[in-house]
Amino acid sequence: MAIDAMEMKLRPPEIQLKAYPPKLITLASGEKMVVREARREEVGALLGTIFPLIGVPTDFYDIVAVRMYAEILGWYRYRVANEFVIVGAIDGVIAGIVTSRHVSPKLGMSLHTLTIKRGLRVGAQLFAAKMEHHLDVLGEEEVYIVAESPNGFKRWMIEYQLEDRSALYPDVRHELGGVPTFVLTRPLWEAVRDIKCTGSRPISDADLKTADKLIMPSEYSQLPGFKR
Amino acid sequence: MATRVGIVGIGHTRFGNSSEYDLGDLLAYAATDCLQDAGFLERRKEIDQVFVANMASGMFCHQTAVASAMISKMDMEPVPAELIENGPASGASAIKVGTMAVASGMADVVLVVGGEIMRKVTGWSATDIVATMLHTEAEYNMGLTLPGFGGMFTRMYMEKYGLTERDLALVAVKDHENGAKNKYAHVQLPCKIEAIADGPEANVVNQYIAEPLRMYSTCPVTDGAAAVLLVNMDAPIAKEFKKKPVRIAGVASATDTHCVHNRQDPLKLEAVRIAGEKAYQMAGMGPKDIDFAELHDAFVILELAISEEIGLFERGKAYLAVRKGETKIDGRLPINPSGGLKSKGHPVGGTGVSQVVELVRQLRGEAEPGRQVKDPKVGMSVNFGGFGNNVVAVICAKE
Repeated sequence: MAIDAMEMKLRPPEIQLKAYPPKLITLASGEKMVVREARREEVGALLGTIFPLIGVPTDFYDIVAVRMYAEILGWYRYRVANEFVIVGAIDGVIAGIVTSRHVSPKLGMSLHTLTIKRGLRVGAQLFAAKMEHHLDVLGEEEVYIVAESPNGFKRWMIEYQLEDRSALYPDVRHELGGVPTFVLTRPLWEAVRDIKCTGSRPISDADLKTADKLIMPSEYSQLPGFKR
Repeated sequence: MATRVGIVGIGHTRFGNSSEYDLGDLLAYAATDCLQDAGFLERRKEIDQVFVANMASGMFCHQTAVASAMISKMDMEPVPAELIENGPASGASAIKVGTMAVASGMADVVLVVGGEIMRKVTGWSATDIVATMLHTEAEYNMGLTLPGFGGMFTRMYMEKYGLTERDLALVAVKDHENGAKNKYAHVQLPCKIEAIADGPEANVVNQYIAEPLRMYSTCPVTDGAAAVLLVNMDAPIAKEFKKKPVRIAGVASATDTHCVHNRQDPLKLEAVRIAGEKAYQMAGMGPKDIDFAELHDAFVILELAISEEIGLFERGKAYLAVRKGETKIDGRLPINPSGGLKSKGHPVGGTGVSQVVELVRQLRGEAEPGRQVKDPKVGMSVNFGGFGNNVVAVICAKE
């Protein structure tokens, strides 16, 4: 009991977040990607997918992977408050993962976007799904966003024309290391939603079933010759 | 031209993101690949002349005099080396100048290397840097960019000839089908017409870049380099290479007004037409002799328009040939078997050399299965500079 009491002290307070409704996106390759919230019992597959990328310095995959690993582990072991994980899966194989956190009814904290399958804008679609969850489902007014890699900066800060609030530090600060904070506000989201966010709903049972069991990828373009 | 000029070596880097590399290293990699292909790496100091094609390393990489950098990386001193800059047509211009050097008798062996690293800067900056080739007062300062021009050109073409956005997507599908099999291509992924044109998510999956041009109507921003080794086919040294030469049967360039608005008909690409005609004349050939072509599809509309200007199709009808599959790898006249700029990528200073590398690869029969044109004898490339104001055409023939 003493241990349980201590554990309860260590866990952050949680609220029941609204569920993200799954959707289906047909990628340019014609492949169908199911986008849905990850479940707690899938953490093993998620961590196993992320782990090999911890050793890839190109495009800052290493930092993103190691931080996302910690975020998902933290979510699983109740060390992060109100986190959600969205996954994109093609025939069940994990193509990309995003992590994020609900801070308050008005504020979301975007954590990381990890693209496994590159060249089809999987990361861009999953990032858009994450923003959709924050602003359209959870009803927040704005989301704090940072980027570790130049690619991330191009995709989010430039393509979304995010509001730069870095001059307001430390009053406005993202949770990740004090790096410059950019913000997706509701008006910005309204302006880009139709060109950035897509997907068909409701998703059919047959399509959803393809992603019922998440499968760790057997190859990574970032890791030539990778064998699991 | 009395002296016959041939290509005895080709080299190519994997196109894509090489932004963590030094441009001199990238050029040297392509040059090394080329000299190994020719069996001439150990003898590289016997090369009479090197020409390096590059458009804007000063802006993309804050690095100039890259010909000198490459020579040093290759340990090739004191071989003479100069830089050739002609916008996105720099590559084919360097091949033209190299051909002239051999034909003039000044050199028997010339190495031509072209390359660019564009991804050290953001996509928007890259677009801005490329746009500096436009007319400063009338175009660039007014905010025009190459995708902007591509969009306007496409819109006019659609209105005049009935082309649809779906037709543009069909070109992309064909190019990506080839590029997916090209181990040097930037985007080695096939795309489906259902996904990029017909499906409910097409609007986002294939978003507008400059309406009516979408992501799959526009080339990616690419790093890469390519190289060819030219030789005087009539000199004794021509027999000392590992591979038989592929002959440069014709090479020619032409210019058009810097300002696009000064053209009588903006849909007519006069420089393309004239460069093509001059190259045909030099080769003693015509459009009917061409077995396949590598055309400068920085925007897929250009593949169609260029193919019409060089006489491969009637004006305004190329898209109908695409609908019928005539330009596919197994079609009547394959176009862009490499994947073209759309799929293979467009490192601006290197593209013209890369196109000619593909001509040679195809004529040798060395392309990967599934994208090898069946028994080609003659191939043609068109390298398009500015918005059609400086264009180079090359015709290569199997000996």
